[in-house]
Amino acid sequence: MIWPLSILLGCQLAGEAVSRVLGLPVPGPVIGMVLLLVLMAGHRRVPETVAPTAHVILGNLSLLFVPAGVGIVSQLDKVAQYGFGLLAALLGSTVLALAAGVATFRGVARVMGDRR
Amino acid sequence: MSDFTRLWIYLQQGPLLWLTVTLVAYGIGDFLFVRARRSPWVNPVLVAVLLISVALVATGTDYETYFQGAQFVHFLLGPATVALAVPLFANLRHLRSALVPMTAALVVGSLVAMLSAVGIGWLCGVRGEVLVSLLPKSATSPVALGVAETIGGIPALTAAMVILTGIIGAVVVTPLFNAMGVSDWRARGFATGVAAHGIGTARAFQVNDTAGAFAGIGMGLNALLTALLAPAVAHLLF
Repeated sequence: MIWPLSILLGCQLAGEAVSRVLGLPVPGPVIGMVLLLVLMAGHRRVPETVAPTAHVILGNLSLLFVPAGVGIVSQLDKVAQYGFGLLAALLGSTVLALAAGVATFRGVARVMGDRR
Repeated sequence: MSDFTRLWIYLQQGPLLWLTVTLVAYGIGDFLFVRARRSPWVNPVLVAVLLISVALVATGTDYETYFQGAQFVHFLLGPATVALAVPLFANLRHLRSALVPMTAALVVGSLVAMLSAVGIGWLCGVRGEVLVSLLPKSATSPVALGVAETIGGIPALTAAMVILTGIIGAVVVTPLFNAMGVSDWRARGFATGVAAHGIGTARAFQVNDTAGAFAGIGMGLNALLTALLAPAVAHLLF
């Protein structure tokens, strides 16, 4: 428990430091994710150390969105003002992104000789 | 002052009350989700957010007071984002098997999600920081929140947009892809992960294991790509 958490927090800390010092637009934890990916590729011990703790955190990932989601109560004026536009944007863009993604994947796979 | 009032004032000052409420509300949401046979309509996050919002409004508690307790849960989003590297690493062998179609679908799916959300929002009269908040909505929450903050959106609004995107994606994906006649589970899963992050990925795993694995890769890669592209797109558009 101690080492896996230290590795996760250490990667985040390093990512945060890199993001701030270099003034990158990428959030620190995302750089931390890339860093952990590199560590796992480099040392065989790292994946087996981190995996159980990572699975516990990711298994309850949805819970972590709740505090930010509740922030909607402080934005109710904006929801009232733009509610229809926001809903239309979410519906339309999600359907378009799904269709575009799957069509691109299949199109490119077919060009590369994949027949299924 | 009554004993109850004194107790209430004491509880309002510490993090204990709202931290407990956050866990219990999510527990109720998860219970209902399982009872509804994991229907994407009964999303545990949505249930928890509704329950807590009602509790806050009913007790006249402001969001800042609530967040003093909830921040301990919120903090874990950082390490959770780092932890996304673990499933990504476990699926690397899939990555090699379909590298080119995946890269193309990632770039197209990610850009279409961002540009169409902002475009449709703009056409419907959405403006300003609210419009900016729509940009990262297809990325997984911890990344989308960080990106929203970086590009001048409202993280609280983005959080709600991300969850709704996931629910919409999970509900429409199977009928949509069946109607399109796509039978390649790799393509179906990957596009789902890119467009509808973790909630879509959970849905993909319910339908097909291969689809689930590819959805996980799609989610992880789009988290990276959105973090890289959204600031540039925001700079160009706004």
